Amino acid sequence: MRFVRRKIVQLVLVLLAVTFLSFFMLNLLPGDTAQVLCGLGGGEECVEQKTEELGLDQPLPVRYVQWLGDAVTGDLGSSARNQQPVWEAIKQRMPVTIELLIYSQVLALVVAIPMAIIAAQRAGGIFDRVSTSVAFALLSVPNFILAIVLILIFAVRLKIFPATGYVDFMDDPAQNLKDLFLPALTLAVAEMAVYLRLLRTDLIATLQEDYIMMAKAKGLSPRRIMLRHAFRPSTFSLVTVIGLNMGRLIGGTFIVEVIFALNGLGKYVVDGIIGRDYIPVQGGVVVIAVGYVLVNFAVDMFYAVLDPRIRHARALA
Amino acid sequence: MSKKVISSSATRVPTDSSVKLLRVVDLKTHFRTERGTVRAVDGVSINLDRGKTLGVVGESGSGKTILSRSIMGLLPKRNVIREGHVFYEGDDIIGYSQEQMRSVWGAEMSMVFQDPMTSLNPVMRIGKQITESLIFHLHMDKGEAKETALSLLSSVGIPEPTQRLEEYPHQLSGGMRQRVTIAIALACGPKLLFADEPTTALDVTVQAQILNLLQQQQRERHMAMILVTHDLGVVAGRTDDIAVMYGGKVVEQAPTASLFANMKMPYTEALLNSIPKLEYRSHKRLEAIPGRPPDLVHPPTGCNFAPRCRYAQEKCLTDEPPLIESEAPGHYYRCWYPVGTPEGEDALARNQAKGATAAAVPVSISPTKPQEL
Amino acid sequence: MPVPSPDSRPGESLPTDDSIFGGGGSGNLATEITEIADGDVQVLEGLAVLDPDQIAPDDVVKKRLGWVFWVAVAWFTLVAVLAILAPWLPIDDYKATSAQIRQPPSPDHWFGTDTLGRDIFSRVIWGARVSLTVGFASVAFGLLIGGTIGVIAGFFKGKTESVLMWAMDVLLAFPALLLALAIVAFMGASGRDLRNVVLAIGIVAIPPIARLVRAATLVHSQREYVTASRALGAGNSRIIWKEVMPNVLLPVISFAIIGVAVAIVAEGGLAFLGLSVEPPTPTWGGMINDGRQALQQEPYISLIPCAVMFLTVLALNLAGDRVREYLDVKEIGL
Repeated sequence: MRFVRRKIVQLVLVLLAVTFLSFFMLNLLPGDTAQVLCGLGGGEECVEQKTEELGLDQPLPVRYVQWLGDAVTGDLGSSARNQQPVWEAIKQRMPVTIELLIYSQVLALVVAIPMAIIAAQRAGGIFDRVSTSVAFALLSVPNFILAIVLILIFAVRLKIFPATGYVDFMDDPAQNLKDLFLPALTLAVAEMAVYLRLLRTDLIATLQEDYIMMAKAKGLSPRRIMLRHAFRPSTFSLVTVIGLNMGRLIGGTFIVEVIFALNGLGKYVVDGIIGRDYIPVQGGVVVIAVGYVLVNFAVDMFYAVLDPRIRHARALA
Repeated sequence: MSKKVISSSATRVPTDSSVKLLRVVDLKTHFRTERGTVRAVDGVSINLDRGKTLGVVGESGSGKTILSRSIMGLLPKRNVIREGHVFYEGDDIIGYSQEQMRSVWGAEMSMVFQDPMTSLNPVMRIGKQITESLIFHLHMDKGEAKETALSLLSSVGIPEPTQRLEEYPHQLSGGMRQRVTIAIALACGPKLLFADEPTTALDVTVQAQILNLLQQQQRERHMAMILVTHDLGVVAGRTDDIAVMYGGKVVEQAPTASLFANMKMPYTEALLNSIPKLEYRSHKRLEAIPGRPPDLVHPPTGCNFAPRCRYAQEKCLTDEPPLIESEAPGHYYRCWYPVGTPEGEDALARNQAKGATAAAVPVSISPTKPQEL
Repeated sequence: MPVPSPDSRPGESLPTDDSIFGGGGSGNLATEITEIADGDVQVLEGLAVLDPDQIAPDDVVKKRLGWVFWVAVAWFTLVAVLAILAPWLPIDDYKATSAQIRQPPSPDHWFGTDTLGRDIFSRVIWGARVSLTVGFASVAFGLLIGGTIGVIAGFFKGKTESVLMWAMDVLLAFPALLLALAIVAFMGASGRDLRNVVLAIGIVAIPPIARLVRAATLVHSQREYVTASRALGAGNSRIIWKEVMPNVLLPVISFAIIGVAVAIVAEGGLAFLGLSVEPPTPTWGGMINDGRQALQQEPYISLIPCAVMFLTVLALNLAGDRVREYLDVKEIGL
């Protein structure tokens, strides 16, 4: 329990630091929110009025605390450009990003796990060497390049999957999955390569362990040994990396979102940055950071489920 | 460099069948590595009857562990050369495919490994690890398997077996874990058990318990056992026969009593001498065997042990001694100047006078007759 | 490695440690960096156990860099040389638009022309100047600052270390590329130039580098020759410079090579979004984005810069990987 408490404290501290830092940075920016709100037409008066209204003339720490207070209650302010409440906008866009995340992880795992198992079974063989090389090459493809290539092949030439467009999952599941396929695949390819290498290496290492030799000496079939004995202990690193990836990708989907014109969280923040609309950026960054930290926390906790030794050690702590 | 393989080992009197349980003939196991071919097991022949125990003794690097794995066929296929014959109940299993071996492993032969911490799957419950082979080999259903597992755990001396079934290996002590591995190995009632340094990783106090347990199980099940160890003390009094290995070959082989009473091979003598005894004064220097185990890629010409042997003469460095039977039946050794013979005494005296062996190893005057253990 | 010891906390014996908050960004950035950083920590810790006197000469598996390494170096050198010599090469003016738009590759235009009639070959070479400069400069910047932080944290430990590393963690909690993007956008009021882009990516590179260097410093500052040095009266700075740094540099080298690749990709991403250096200076990312409109009929406008960037990144990754294997005594090649 002490362990959990310590983690929570760390979590909160980091969140505070992150939010303050981004608040600070955003305020270094050129561009005046009040100005933007007033538009080109509004004169000095308007700017002055808005400045006072929004409390923009107060010292930074004060404004931060004010913001923090609002944020905790769910008020992240409103966009200067279209007056839309930030929290509302984010709530609308979160599902897209999250679905994209999950979709890409599923795709990556569905390919990586079987391939890793086959590669590890015949370590050093042709399949292993070829798949390792291919994985390495795929890792070197920048994701926007991959997106372009995928669009060229599947959307432009073969016309199987669309390059843009999005329907809600609830409205039309099939179309939704089709729409998100290329973006999810773009993200998945890099993950696939990482997972493949990671799992394969761990499987090979596990297969050298004594207890695998013991299982063999019991006369069990190779398939059973691989799936029942070797697989689970080899997934520790993989699970951790998956978890960390999920956390990281919460803020990392933006290029894909921009390319495929998906209204997700990442694109929201990017639009804000480009359009000098800082309140949404602040809100977006906060949500991303919170998500990231929470996911990491969950990974740590979940790890105990996989490894019974940690569970028991923890219980004693 | 000719070696005479003694087929007269087949003159042993069989016990309950005319076909020996295990007959290993000239087994060779070589590994292809970057440095060259490692001749880990280089022409070993041993026999074993049902219900008997064979002790295989040697330093690390002698090939004793590879021997047991090779007999069982547990080595990888790649870069391993395995030749010779392994007759199990008359059938030569050396050519068996992995699939064929799978019906042998666990059901006919099984192995207890050295380190119980690493030989049990850390993320699988103990009960599952036992019932797995029961279900697989003996086709029991879950309930039956569980009952059998419980009685197995009791018979190896584990208290509260019901609770243990649900536990994980890390929740047990070292000695208990080893008992569990023994239970797993015995689960399907194999006829031959390999115990590969079963006590090396355990506390001294637990060692005797485990060895006793193995002996007891062996007797009850009328099982044959091959006990592999580097410790002569472990095999004294617990084995019917002993084979001493050095450099991938068997250098002395005899019924236990005969070995200790009349050891022939200087290596065996040196092994015995290196064990500190209670009667020694507290500051007595331990008699370690000087030098290092031989390079198995380029073994020395002549006798493998000559570079380290107190008795070594010129001949030992050039001619490899064949395995020959001594006047005591069943006692084989591989030496030009065996211990306790006139030639041997003579050789040693000559070396002591010169101050060094033919291999330039310094020799001092020291007790030559090992005491009985 | 797959089976951590029972008394470890989760995350302490895994490829990640407690304080990781790998930054976000384009797919490869954080995972590769994090993996490499922690993989190297393990290698380092493993190496620390191996005493050079204990390894018999036969035990050291000879590793050579291999032909792949040299091919990668050759490609990279080619690109670099062309980039450096660009102003003096007999190639078209990269700014010059012409009426011959969207021409496929031909003897006149080796890579064809883009939507404004500009010669793609020339633009690719000039774009290489941007990419390579950003790649090296930002990594150099990151090494300078992050390296210093890491060495100080790892050598002096205690409070200094805690504070410094915590600061790094906070920076890492920012989605990395968003951070770079923000920095560029923010500084860009006066016009985005190379300096800003380098700074942005360089700043983002500081935390992972600091972590790696700290890990390496921790491992090496505890070894005996440091204690021996101290016993001889050497002061801290002398120890750091003479004993610790040379050893720390080894794992950092392969990391840095791959880091250059990552930086190039990062710049490419920024350029793609229109946030790198301003036109008319060509950038690979910008060219790729420009070519999107012509994807149907003239895919080469996008694909050629794609290929060049991919090959360059691949070459750097391969080189970095080979260097890492070469320096890693314990690695078993399967």
